[in-house]
Amino acid sequence: MHYRFILLVIFGWGLTPVPAAERISYNRDIRPILSDKCFACHGFDAKHRKAELRLDTAEGAHGKGESGVVVITPGNLQGSELWHRILEKDEQEIMPPPETHKSLSEVEKDLIRRWIEAGASYEQHWSFVPPVRPAVPAGSGNALDAFILERLKSAGLAPSPQTDKETLLRRVTLDLIGLPPTIEELNIFLADSATDAYEKQVDRLLNSPRYGERMAVGWLDAARYGDTNGYLHDLLRTGWPWRDWVIKAFNEGKPFDQFVIEQVAGDLIPGATPEQILATAFCRNHLITGEGGTLAAEYLNEYAADRVQTVGTAFLGLTFNCCRCHDHKFDPLKQDDFYSLQAYFNSITEKHLENNSASAYPPAIEIASPLVPQGQKVSVMVMQEAPTPTPTFVLTRGQYDQPDKQRPVSRRPPQVLGVPLEATPSDRMGLAMWLVSTQNPLLARVTVNRLWQQIFGSGIVKSLDDFGVQGEFPSHPELLDWLAVEFREGWSVRHIMRLMVTSATYRQSSRVREDCLAKDPENRLLARFPRQRLTAEEIRDQALFASGLLVEEMGGPPVFPRQPDGLWEERGNEGSNTRVYTPSQGSALYRRSLYTFLKRTAPPPWMSIFDAPDRTSCAVRRIPTNTPLQALAVLNEEQSLECAKFLAVRALQDPGTTEDRLRTLVRRVTARTPSATDLQTLQAGLASILARYKAAPDDVVLLLKQGARETPADLNPTELAAWMLVASTVLNLDQSLVRN
Amino acid sequence: MQNIHDHLFNINRRQILKGAAAGGLAMLGSTALSQLMAAESPQPGGRTEFPNFPPKAKRVIYLYQEGAPSQLDTYDHKPELQAMFNKDLPDSVRGTQRLTGMTSGMTRFPVAPSIFKFERHSNQEDGLWVSELLRNTGEMANELCVIKSMITEQINHGPGVTFMQTGHQLVGRPSVGAWLSYGLGSANANLPAFVVMISQGRGQMQALFSHLWGAGFLPGEHQGVQFRAAADPVLFLNDPKGMRREDRRKVLDMISEMNHREAQANGDSEVLARMAQYEMAYRMQASVPELTDFKNETESTLEMYGPDVRKPGTYAYNCLMARRMAERGVRFIQLYHRGWDHHGSVVRDLPLQCQDVDRAQAALLKDLRQRGLLDETLVVWGGEFGRTVYCQGELTATQYGRDHHPRCFSMWLAGGGIKGGISYGQTDEFSYNVAVNPVSVHDLHATMLHCLGIDHSRLTYKTQGLDMKLTGVEPAKVLKGILT
Repeated sequence: MHYRFILLVIFGWGLTPVPAAERISYNRDIRPILSDKCFACHGFDAKHRKAELRLDTAEGAHGKGESGVVVITPGNLQGSELWHRILEKDEQEIMPPPETHKSLSEVEKDLIRRWIEAGASYEQHWSFVPPVRPAVPAGSGNALDAFILERLKSAGLAPSPQTDKETLLRRVTLDLIGLPPTIEELNIFLADSATDAYEKQVDRLLNSPRYGERMAVGWLDAARYGDTNGYLHDLLRTGWPWRDWVIKAFNEGKPFDQFVIEQVAGDLIPGATPEQILATAFCRNHLITGEGGTLAAEYLNEYAADRVQTVGTAFLGLTFNCCRCHDHKFDPLKQDDFYSLQAYFNSITEKHLENNSASAYPPAIEIASPLVPQGQKVSVMVMQEAPTPTPTFVLTRGQYDQPDKQRPVSRRPPQVLGVPLEATPSDRMGLAMWLVSTQNPLLARVTVNRLWQQIFGSGIVKSLDDFGVQGEFPSHPELLDWLAVEFREGWSVRHIMRLMVTSATYRQSSRVREDCLAKDPENRLLARFPRQRLTAEEIRDQALFASGLLVEEMGGPPVFPRQPDGLWEERGNEGSNTRVYTPSQGSALYRRSLYTFLKRTAPPPWMSIFDAPDRTSCAVRRIPTNTPLQALAVLNEEQSLECAKFLAVRALQDPGTTEDRLRTLVRRVTARTPSATDLQTLQAGLASILARYKAAPDDVVLLLKQGARETPADLNPTELAAWMLVASTVLNLDQSLVRN
Repeated sequence: MQNIHDHLFNINRRQILKGAAAGGLAMLGSTALSQLMAAESPQPGGRTEFPNFPPKAKRVIYLYQEGAPSQLDTYDHKPELQAMFNKDLPDSVRGTQRLTGMTSGMTRFPVAPSIFKFERHSNQEDGLWVSELLRNTGEMANELCVIKSMITEQINHGPGVTFMQTGHQLVGRPSVGAWLSYGLGSANANLPAFVVMISQGRGQMQALFSHLWGAGFLPGEHQGVQFRAAADPVLFLNDPKGMRREDRRKVLDMISEMNHREAQANGDSEVLARMAQYEMAYRMQASVPELTDFKNETESTLEMYGPDVRKPGTYAYNCLMARRMAERGVRFIQLYHRGWDHHGSVVRDLPLQCQDVDRAQAALLKDLRQRGLLDETLVVWGGEFGRTVYCQGELTATQYGRDHHPRCFSMWLAGGGIKGGISYGQTDEFSYNVAVNPVSVHDLHATMLHCLGIDHSRLTYKTQGLDMKLTGVEPAKVLKGILT
């Protein structure tokens, strides 16, 4: 137990204990300890500070404590009261106090000892210092590989060999367009011996319209996009033209700075186009209540606060929630900072409407989907600045009805991050321009880190939503900054994606190695490619695609695939216009999952089961779990079974022997050529299931009833039933559910 | 072959250690893996530091009354109010309290005494007064600890229920059940640790959000699994028609064979962990129907719960299900009964609503007691806030409604760790403010965790750089006075 704790501490930041010869870094080694164990009482927050002692600044730590003794004498352990208090046996005297449950481990004590001996120097928190492009270490591969290899080398690990071509094509196809490769694409790639065969595939995928759909999913999570208002009535809203704006932006390669500016302040661009105004729906994706008896002042304040939190997490990687009520205990973010940001977002021409079931509350724009411009226009909530800014005050303890009139605030970015740019407007446009400027140290880092996670499973900063003092130190700080600067010089998301997927690091085998497990159990150093379970969308879309059922129409109103009866009705509010679920008909049943209607109080069950967020607040990370409900879903959900049936239809229509057909079936789903033993397993299984269904024609009829679409009449039903269960088997294989 | 197997299981052992430390795997299935887990930790999936001290209760049955029952018409007896009929509630009592938008525009606040008779049931003190509408529950007075001094900070349903179930009014925090699944893990390898069941009531029904049983920032496997009154009690539980149990086994055997080869090829123990979950799914396909099959219940047991017990999806049915889950070791059994939001007519709606719950919940307590389960099961009853003493809408001798009221309301606890036969706290003569021993929602949560052997200040999870806990930042207190 104790041993395990030490391990965690070590692996928390740097994966190995700091070798005795290596210099102790305040940011990497010491700040996380002090922040977690000491700052709550001896940090930034003056209100809760004990004994007038600050340990978050050199002035505080190197000065004298209440009793007049020096807290830390740089280079002198014995002359440092802090060290004595850490070693103290008396429960009244020892620090941290036992009742805080924050006792220091032996490893932590040792790090503090070495830090004091080395001079107890402080550094500004790394993420608040603007990134500078570091020199790329010498070595093979692209710049990313050079940074990765250097770190691997220092940990005594070698990278893994390149993976096989089948695995590589499936990996990159899923990563860039969210679907598996077709057999034809596989064959072309396998036959292509050109040195740039892989790069050609990458470029094809980056230019596929499916790329924008794939990239949009992560942004919809961060932007808390949903098709209902949430809260009690969870009324229908029409926000989907904005969803289509996001897909289009990724496909057109809209520079990311422009992407940010338009979403934060598109309405304030001089001569803004309707699509630029539409982009600001980002700021209105929050939940909205119309519950009878709710108060305007309270909820308008809530919406503005939600905008601050979303901007804070999505663009700055900082947690502003704490500062609504008090100064942040760990980060140098103050309550004033929160309300100064809120002042950008609380002056729009919105009203709180009780018992009103409109699908968009003003301000709104009448617009068609940017992907379907000829389609019907609908009303979408957007931003529109009120003629005069709303006077804004710090709210005492965050209470909407307790503005502290002594503490008015003006619009500005958080103090620790800088000041507004000169000669820019004082409204949201000024904020947007500051966000994308080189003065903001965070936007580029936070964004490349999120893209890195999308590809490599875990961020370079693992705490994607916290780049603050309590967040994790980056596993590769120089790589992160190199990527951030590279990204900022053109703001091309595609360029960063291309860099990542064409790296040698990306092309490695995912085979788990004994030496990596011992030295790097979380695979943060990337001595192999991380195996990852597919997302909710990918699992469903893959099955639809492989079975030939996927309808690749883009954009438009959300769709309603079949779901078990009663899921909305049993929980819905009587006054809600989304109380009754009516499934779509025809092709709308087979669209990509990002077009599925997302009711926030009752999200599609498949999505929740596979760890998709419910889109009620900004989410930048999905933590994959592994549960029996997931097994039941892929085995028994109606559409999953329908996909199995149509995979069987394709198999029966394929030419060749049973073995050939089985091989093709497996390749359709997993892109892999099955081994002889795997083929034997499937072939024997098929034979035994076939025999069983030959003797039970009634069961055949029942089994084939899954799904809405008719199967070709000329197929033998018994064979179809048997092949359907084999196809279902394939859909449930680990190699189908995981990106190898 | 054997060596590779050993190797993989060794990896698993490490991963499980890591997983447990990071709050990982809640419901590991296959025998080998469970044995591994058992060797490391007595609570599969839980965290080794919990319980912090010997627990009195092993599990919770939470009978949530959604919509907020009127305390004045159920457990908070105020006979002297009869003389105040249609008189104005004194301003001094009302104070500057926030009202909802529904009644804040009213020009006067006429007192509406309860129209229902109260009956005295003997308990360990000088008796418990309970509304005639809840006579069966009242007869269980010796098991109940009625808290009359609950206070909440929320005045609307959405934030109110969310606060009561997650300790915070905004969505995104884990629910009580998710916290317990995280801390204590599952006590049954064939059923989820946290189960939710919903029944429909009679009054106005507010929405129930899936985040109320969500895992929030905890790993997703701690979210509640909803058992439904449908052919599939658990989503996607049943194999398709035309498929027999042996067909399912055949499919799983094929998957297993191929997955084992895959595990050997890529050396990743996660493949085996996934296979274990497939096997658990297979076992659930047997254990859930066994759970929902009442054929072995005696006539007298069914009779005790009332005729509704035979109708899936009713409160009575869910109460019996709760007892059956308790027997099988489900950690947190959450019932929601909807329909207590009686703005328009308490007189019309409350009797129907009480009729839904009274007999069945009394039967549940009796049934648990008879089977020796009550002492190890904490039972909780209540809603998100109370209702106003003043009338909303027209007040006549036979008609009144009540608005939301956060400043006092009644709940009761029974069973594991709780002193039965007592009341705790008091309200003023109008049941408007708490007069003695206020109990906050966080106090309630701290007390519930205490009964399960958990120090609420230690049940934490680090997210966004903060040690989050169910009981929030302000100090919460365990109600020592109601503990055995």
